[in-house]
Amino acid sequence: MASSTRRVLTVTASAVALGLVLAACSGGSSDSGSGDGTAGGSDGGSSDALDAALEQGGTIEYWTWTPQAEEQAAAFMKAYPNVTVNVTNTGGAADHNLKLQNALTAGSGIPDVAQLEYQSVSQFQLPGSLTDLTEYGFADLEDLYTPSTWGAVTQNGGIWGLPQDSGPMALFYNEEVFTSLGIEVPTTWDEYITAGEAIKAANPDTCIVNDSGDAGFTTSMIWQAGGRPFAVDGENVTINLQDEGSKLWADTWNKIVQGGLNCEIPGWTDEWFAALSDGTIATLPTGAWMPGVFENSAPDGAGKWRVAPMPTYDGTPANAENGGSTEVVPKGAPNPELGAAFLRWLNSDPESISVFLNSGGGFPATVAELQSDEFLGFTSDYFGGQEINKVLVEGIDNVGTGWQYLPWQSYANSIVSETLGQSYLNRTDLNEGLVAWQDANVKYGEEQGFTVSTE
Amino acid sequence: MSGDVSTHAGTTASTTSAGTLASPSGTRTTGASRAKGRQGVAPGYEHLRPDRHIHRSVALTVVMIFFAIYCLLPLYWLVVNSTKDYGSLLSSSGLWFGDSFQLFANIGEVLTRKDGIFVRWFLNTIIYVVVGAGGATLLATLGGYGMAKFSFPGKKSVFAVILGAIAIPGTALAVPTFLMFSSLGLTNTMLSVIIPALVSPFGFYLMWIFAQESVPTEVLEAARVDGSSEIRTFATISVRMMAPGIVTVLLFAVVATWNNYFLPLIMLRSESLYPLPLGLQAWNLEATGVQASPIYHLVITASLLTIIPIVVAFLSLQRFWQNGLSAGSVKA
Repeated sequence: MASSTRRVLTVTASAVALGLVLAACSGGSSDSGSGDGTAGGSDGGSSDALDAALEQGGTIEYWTWTPQAEEQAAAFMKAYPNVTVNVTNTGGAADHNLKLQNALTAGSGIPDVAQLEYQSVSQFQLPGSLTDLTEYGFADLEDLYTPSTWGAVTQNGGIWGLPQDSGPMALFYNEEVFTSLGIEVPTTWDEYITAGEAIKAANPDTCIVNDSGDAGFTTSMIWQAGGRPFAVDGENVTINLQDEGSKLWADTWNKIVQGGLNCEIPGWTDEWFAALSDGTIATLPTGAWMPGVFENSAPDGAGKWRVAPMPTYDGTPANAENGGSTEVVPKGAPNPELGAAFLRWLNSDPESISVFLNSGGGFPATVAELQSDEFLGFTSDYFGGQEINKVLVEGIDNVGTGWQYLPWQSYANSIVSETLGQSYLNRTDLNEGLVAWQDANVKYGEEQGFTVSTE
Repeated sequence: MSGDVSTHAGTTASTTSAGTLASPSGTRTTGASRAKGRQGVAPGYEHLRPDRHIHRSVALTVVMIFFAIYCLLPLYWLVVNSTKDYGSLLSSSGLWFGDSFQLFANIGEVLTRKDGIFVRWFLNTIIYVVVGAGGATLLATLGGYGMAKFSFPGKKSVFAVILGAIAIPGTALAVPTFLMFSSLGLTNTMLSVIIPALVSPFGFYLMWIFAQESVPTEVLEAARVDGSSEIRTFATISVRMMAPGIVTVLLFAVVATWNNYFLPLIMLRSESLYPLPLGLQAWNLEATGVQASPIYHLVITASLLTIIPIVVAFLSLQRFWQNGLSAGSVKA
């Protein structure tokens, strides 16, 4: 038995070694490939290299879960017939990140352009998995985008992508509920809580909001309250989920959760879409991309919903971003210059943005589109003829600056339900839940080799 | 399963078969004796045996009914809700039908959506199952038989490797397998799903034990004396004796391959190569995120279509499986 065990170990060890050698080989070749790219565009931010790459043509791989991607790629290939774009639909952010991470680890099969949620940029940028687009002259494009989306794709002295869309928050509300109960649409969180009590009192099965501890919602709400719980400086990460803003949000939201004013309906489920249709949920504080989702997914809510600015804490307008994506060029991509050229067209060319907005819906990140009369004057039947974009665009100016996500944000989001979520479940102090979430993140960050402080 | 056994228990008769059967697997008596029962049923016995069992198993019957409901309720839900369009799916009760009967409209939409990609996923899954699960069964049968009936140097270490392989969950190996396949340039190909599916340590182990029990060495020796080659003996005699084991392994392999999710998720990028579970999840994901546009009614209808072949396979193979179990054990 002892000898056979040894043989097994030998076989396993040689298999692992073989795998490592093969991985090392392919890693080496792709390194030299990107080295060539750097040499080509080394003399400080030139977009000429990209024009040349477009002229020369070639094939690139584009991984995304954006529904309009195929149509955008088709328009691109029409404009640049020498280039072929293969679009791979990766389904959704979670599977997408997993596949991208695996390809990067393997060092082969890396796409030339890939979508990333804003909250995942750090996670791929810090380990050095993204190409700095400064070398291709992308700094000149800054003025095209809203400050908060540009901030989301630039960090640690580099430009890592171009914004695809944005999600400044707004308060979506079911006007029918408010009219029938004779209550005003809240402009502050205090009024919001009072309205929540009135809604609950009128019908215990309804609620002002559905929330049972969602990571994306929580971070955006802390952002709106002025909290900046995460700070990343290279390997040094600060996590303080008890800073002033985080506490302000938790103390306010405690009144909703401990008062039982929220519904525990999980988002993005059939139950949720039904509750949005039939008035069970009276308001939804979320990103400006929500109108398209309403029309597609809650058809019976047509005519009932309206948009208002986010309620404030003290009367001073404040806002945050919720959701949204960028496209990036991963390190080790076989054709980084052509990838960057496609990316530049994808998120800055008016034709591409027009396809994006008109066939699928989404909220733009580009100033020109956000300020156009056509966009601002758009009236939505679903929202009872309201000029919703005027309200949504106004929210952009109030988005607080300086927000950062953790370098392991997807992991952090995945443990929200077992930490913060417990406070929702037991209707106990949300601050305790935030501290539990913080502790788990400190532990994980240190395990990953970061220097984590809580000050 | 319980229903099947109790209905056939009535045909059980021959005491001789019941007597011989007790030794190899006591729990299978009813299913096993059913096969033997065909030859001659003494009418008097039909009433005796079932009656004795019924008195003892009232509590058991209640428990079984409870579990049957527990198992069948999700299926019922699936059938009922696949008849609804998106609107009535949200507005009507999940346990009863909606206003209109949309099943055929839903099926039509499932089959034609995105140029019939669902049909493509269906065919992919069939390829993965036929080649992957079929190959796994073939390899497990050959290997298990060889291990049971031949001796060769290193047999013990093979035993250790197989036991070790059973202990490691496939999910844990998925990422290392991906990295290895990536080095070989095999990711995002059908082979990347089929090759790992070909290896079934559990099936191998099962066939080994089964061959040991069901193929008497004396029979093989007799065949050798009569001048039959090893391959001919295997193909004409041993395979038949091992049939129930083969079907069991096949059933496990088919179900595992049909439902395989995590490995294809990691290996495949192109939608055109997806098996059904990945495709269903891709449609399900259309209900989340910034550009959400849920198609739950199609996901539900597609799920119903997805489980039909596996239900059919299970029901038809199960019968074969029980017959075979007795055929093997009687020989002893």
